[in-house]
Amino acid sequence: MLRLPRFSYLRPGSVAEAAQVLSEYGSRARVVAGGTDLLPKMKRGQMEPEVVIGLGHINELRGIRATEDGGFEIGACVTLSEVVASPELRAAYPGYVHAAALVSTPALRNSGTIGGNLCVDTRCNYYDESYEWRKALGFCMKKDGNICRVAPASATCRAIASSDTAPAAISMGATVVLVGPNGQREVPVESLYQDDGQFYMTKAPDEILTSLRMPSPGHWKSSYVKVRNRGSIDFPLVGVAAAIQMKGSLVEACRIVITAVGPQPLDVSQAAGALVGKEIDDTLLEEVATEAAKPARPLDNADLSYVWRKRMTRRAIEQAIREAAEVG
Amino acid sequence: MGNIGSREILRLSVNGRQHELLVKPYATLLEVLREDLRLTGTKHGCEAGECGACVVLVDGTPQLSCLVLPGQIEGSEVTTIEGVSNGSELHPVQQAFMDHGALQCGYCTPGMVLSSKALLDSNPSPTRDEINEALSGNLCRCTGYVSIIEAVEDAGRAMA
Repeated sequence: MLRLPRFSYLRPGSVAEAAQVLSEYGSRARVVAGGTDLLPKMKRGQMEPEVVIGLGHINELRGIRATEDGGFEIGACVTLSEVVASPELRAAYPGYVHAAALVSTPALRNSGTIGGNLCVDTRCNYYDESYEWRKALGFCMKKDGNICRVAPASATCRAIASSDTAPAAISMGATVVLVGPNGQREVPVESLYQDDGQFYMTKAPDEILTSLRMPSPGHWKSSYVKVRNRGSIDFPLVGVAAAIQMKGSLVEACRIVITAVGPQPLDVSQAAGALVGKEIDDTLLEEVATEAAKPARPLDNADLSYVWRKRMTRRAIEQAIREAAEVG
Repeated sequence: MGNIGSREILRLSVNGRQHELLVKPYATLLEVLREDLRLTGTKHGCEAGECGACVVLVDGTPQLSCLVLPGQIEGSEVTTIEGVSNGSELHPVQQAFMDHGALQCGYCTPGMVLSSKALLDSNPSPTRDEINEALSGNLCRCTGYVSIIEAVEDAGRAMA
């Protein structure tokens, strides 16, 4: 039976209090919102905080608020289900809401939060095994070891970016608010991540992600395509967020962000330049998708073959662009 | 703060009954229900949020009790499978599962019944797609899903 290790649970009543407690305990503490990522990882011995700081008791982290610029600010503890149930968000950001709806299962989305999904740990078939399994075969650099068991020559961990909502938020030009001991700062979602599966976030360990700020959707239409083993439950094997602006039947602008093909979501919008001023057709779409998929580096650390996942990256990009162009 | 992980008092309302318990802060809601309250209808499955065997309702909403710390939901109302029937009178979802033979080993059934009840409470006449979606996190490894889905449709009609 998988039991949680010993820890104490703290209930700060405000963000300021949470930030203070977090900086006090440092690396001995972890914050928890829904717990759907942290708790299984603690059961498998991948994370071992002595203190778990619950954010769910903080009212200022809840709620979806329209902003003056025509966008929305979503509190970090808003659940994925609340996002899926919001008609305003669905109308403004269909890609982001669809990505939230594709995260795991309904019961998990009732606990799992939007802040937690942006911070979700990178995944790897090796790292995500139980403590006993990893101990028997030798630990990896992401936890307790010093080499990557998937790519032994790699200087960095190659675990996979697994947030569905991150690429969708990036494709809309969203930002997040981070609160730490030195006050708060706002950073683009894109710069929240880096090319290292172990230290995958640029956020300091004592900073708390408090909200997601989505700018006005303007004329951007958006979509998200997720490739996975089962139609529910599973994390992405490839994820593609596309956003597009059309003028009649011609493409005016297009953004593409791909995920689960390396340690961080990748903005590959540059490849979409070839679409601008043109109508979408099969040949052009295939050229763009081939170019956009070039930075994808799937390795043998997730379900199904990495060769197939690379091929599916192109197909998913084509599908995402088509779907974005079709939605209202 | 006392020693790491020292027990603390938890106030929890389960199936309409208030409890005051001295629990380990690192015990999951599933463990508190089964081991402290002896409500063993809620099942241990994968314990990692993938199978739905441990689903309970928290303020009417399905949640995975293996991934909930009781401290997170203090003040909420928890409904387990033991709280679904009205005395010896089965809930319409339970009756429909029996009528359709929508179970074999029964291990997934408490979670299935609670996910179905939550769906029907908010949407008494769901489409097949809506039922499929609502039960997509509840895995059954023996009967197959057709009889389960038909039972939910029947229960919806009975509750209308």
